[in-house]
Amino acid sequence: MTNKTTPYAIELRDISKRFGAVQANKDICLQVPAGTIHGIIGENGAGKSTLMSIIYGFYEADTGFIEVDGKRVDIRSSQDAINAGIGMVHQHFMLVENFTVLENVILGAEGGAILKGGIDTARVELQRLAQEYSLDIDVDAIVEELPVGLQQRVEILKALYRGARILILDEPTGVLTPQEADHLFRILKALKEQGVTVLLITHKLREIMASTDNISVMRQGQMVAHRETAHTDKEELAELMVGKKVRLTVDKDDAKPSGTFLSARNLSQFDSQGVKRLKNVSLELRAGEILGIAGVSGNGQSELLNVLAGIEPMSEGEIHIAGQVITAKAPKDAAEMRELKMAHVPEDRHKMGLVTGFEAYEAAVLGYHNSPVYNGKILMHRKVMIDECNERMAAWDVRPPNPHLKTANFSGGNQQKIVIAREVEQNPDILLIGQPTRGVDIGAIENIHEQIVKLRDSGKAILLVSVELDEIMALSDRILVMFDGAVVGELDAKDADERTLGLMMANAYNDEEVSA
Amino acid sequence: MSQAKVPAWVNIALIPFLNIMLAFLVSGLVILAIGENPIEAASYLIYGAFGYDEGVGYTLYYATNLIFTGLAVSVAFKGGLFNIGGEGQAYIGGLGVGLVCLALDKTMPFYVIAPLAIIGAGVFGAAWAYVPAYLQARRGSHIVITTIMFNFIASSLMVYLIVNWLKEDGRMAPNSRTFEENAWLPYLHEFLSPLGIDIGDSPLNFAFVIALICCVLVWALLWHTRWGYQLRTLGTNPTAAKYAGIDTSKVTIWAMLISGGLAGFVGLNEIMGVNHSLLLNFTAGYGFAGIAVSLMGRNHPVGIIMAAILFGALYQGGAELAFEIPTITPEIVVVIQGLVILFSGALEHMFKDRIEGFFIRRSVA
Repeated sequence: MTNKTTPYAIELRDISKRFGAVQANKDICLQVPAGTIHGIIGENGAGKSTLMSIIYGFYEADTGFIEVDGKRVDIRSSQDAINAGIGMVHQHFMLVENFTVLENVILGAEGGAILKGGIDTARVELQRLAQEYSLDIDVDAIVEELPVGLQQRVEILKALYRGARILILDEPTGVLTPQEADHLFRILKALKEQGVTVLLITHKLREIMASTDNISVMRQGQMVAHRETAHTDKEELAELMVGKKVRLTVDKDDAKPSGTFLSARNLSQFDSQGVKRLKNVSLELRAGEILGIAGVSGNGQSELLNVLAGIEPMSEGEIHIAGQVITAKAPKDAAEMRELKMAHVPEDRHKMGLVTGFEAYEAAVLGYHNSPVYNGKILMHRKVMIDECNERMAAWDVRPPNPHLKTANFSGGNQQKIVIAREVEQNPDILLIGQPTRGVDIGAIENIHEQIVKLRDSGKAILLVSVELDEIMALSDRILVMFDGAVVGELDAKDADERTLGLMMANAYNDEEVSA
Repeated sequence: MSQAKVPAWVNIALIPFLNIMLAFLVSGLVILAIGENPIEAASYLIYGAFGYDEGVGYTLYYATNLIFTGLAVSVAFKGGLFNIGGEGQAYIGGLGVGLVCLALDKTMPFYVIAPLAIIGAGVFGAAWAYVPAYLQARRGSHIVITTIMFNFIASSLMVYLIVNWLKEDGRMAPNSRTFEENAWLPYLHEFLSPLGIDIGDSPLNFAFVIALICCVLVWALLWHTRWGYQLRTLGTNPTAAKYAGIDTSKVTIWAMLISGGLAGFVGLNEIMGVNHSLLLNFTAGYGFAGIAVSLMGRNHPVGIIMAAILFGALYQGGAELAFEIPTITPEIVVVIQGLVILFSGALEHMFKDRIEGFFIRRSVA
């Protein structure tokens, strides 16, 4: 093992990348010494994936440059990245499922029109790699028949076969069992001992503490801190990740919860691959109360919303609502849930809440298009829809107040107002609301928050899902924290602070209690 | 935050116009390459399609079939479905028309036969679309594949039925007997000549009027009914459709039924309007041409009428061209039609970005 002091295996200088109005990466600098494991952590949307895509040539940076082993490299495609000795293991594997391990490894590096020669050399080379890095695998196995942990190993082998000396792993443990994850970290240690540099991207604090040498923290597109793993702790990292943002304040009195509108018992959901995305979640929605769901995005909140709203079927559990019991065997679809006076502002207004190709007045009846208000015997009452849209646009200050403008041409905040107005004006008992202020400008945020509190005070039950801790803390009366599909903590909003929530969101709260 | 906007006429008129002009330019080069004068060829083509009374009648007769199949493709497409099976649905729709006429022409008057034949065309066409629709909606079989397969099945089925069951005894050609005149759709020249409009002795018949009525109905259905709203939601954003509680399988199946029924109406024009007997291969590729018509007409009934007339003109003017200039064979005419389809259908987006970019830059500046 050679351990020269300079140069760095990879160095980023002032990398910036902008997508439209979003600054995904801003002046990113990063130095990774050769032969180390370097962790990069941050919340979802902090810009980690964009940065890695730049290093691997999927995107080009607007400004800044990359040096590998002290030499400036120009990476415009993944082939350039491979040539520079960079390999990447994606969160979602890029494997051809019905090929063998060997065929997958040589894909794109077949070494000629006739496969035979390439396959023979690859077989020998793979054996060498397997020995050197203790990456045992049956090279003739069909990939889809391998467990997920081994599939990931194929990805690592693919990168090494292409001569990677720098290996990037994007959320590598997301799909692994704890045992498989432990095994992965042993492999990474072995790689490190052979001089390979590893970049590990994750939002799981425990893993990063256990396996890395250095850590860099990203927040809102910027690199906010660099730490040596030995000289930091989970608490500090959690705080750095979440940041001390300007505290949003919402004027509201204490909640006066009365009856229960909805109670869910042990809700679970499996996705099409059989992975359990929602794990025995129980909750109660009470009149006059805002229940906040905190969590890093992708930890089951979307599944929870979709199951409650009738968009996705539940696999286990039951929901009691308006004197009815909904189970996996007796499901209700989204239209039936609306009839039970449940309204839903979905997390992603573009993908779900709106049809962006529709004119505003059409999008303003989505989900309620069957209502007799809008329908005659055969034709829809276009004028009624347009008049109502005009009224709502005035009441909710949607700009421009033009019911005929394509939904796509409104700004994010105004689109969100169209959705929220649509759901709230139906006068529901229960409002599910996901990421109410994502992509919404500051002025509109305040307005939306006031409306939510007003609804609560008029006796509605509100379920608020947000990845913005400030928003959860400002609005909620009670807070549930979700991690990996399960509820891992419940707090009264008065007792919540960022540190506690941050640790719960990283599922490190209990460890902390023990070690403290 | 407001986005720069491209004027509507750019997308509706300018881009299709440029695409067609490019197609004609390349066609001109092809004609030049075989040693003929492209200007002369173009003038024959235009004269053939629009220059004299009967030519106009033929152009509109061809356009009738293309309006039906174009509407069929567009209804399915609005729901995000690519119905390639118009050809087979039209074929089977013709069978429905033929069976009604053969069963009733000796006993019933026209005003009984006509509505039943319309129903027969629609129901048979829809039934042929139902199986692929069901397989897509409930089993996830891809509709493109199944509808293509059903074109072949329709073709074989019709050969079997006509040759073995419906062929008139003692006839050499595989045709059914000719219907009695009370089962014929009236020719439009019978109506128009008293009004002083002359379209010659062309095969243009009452099916053209039905096609125009269908355009209005499809327009109302798609943009002014609840069902149309659900269909468009499903077609542009399936996730939003699920969120809105729309029964996507049901909408999918109904979209294909309506699409198949519209394609089936080709049978009215061909079987009841022109041939007056059930015969083989009367669909002659109209089902496939309907895809190009729908694409070019931007899936809107008005656009479809215009595109259908353009293609009808190419059919009719092309026939005239091949007749007048013998070195331009019917195959060359097919090449010209193919180029129009290629540039206005397959290469539809070739200029789109650049032209839109030009107008966006101009509106920003």
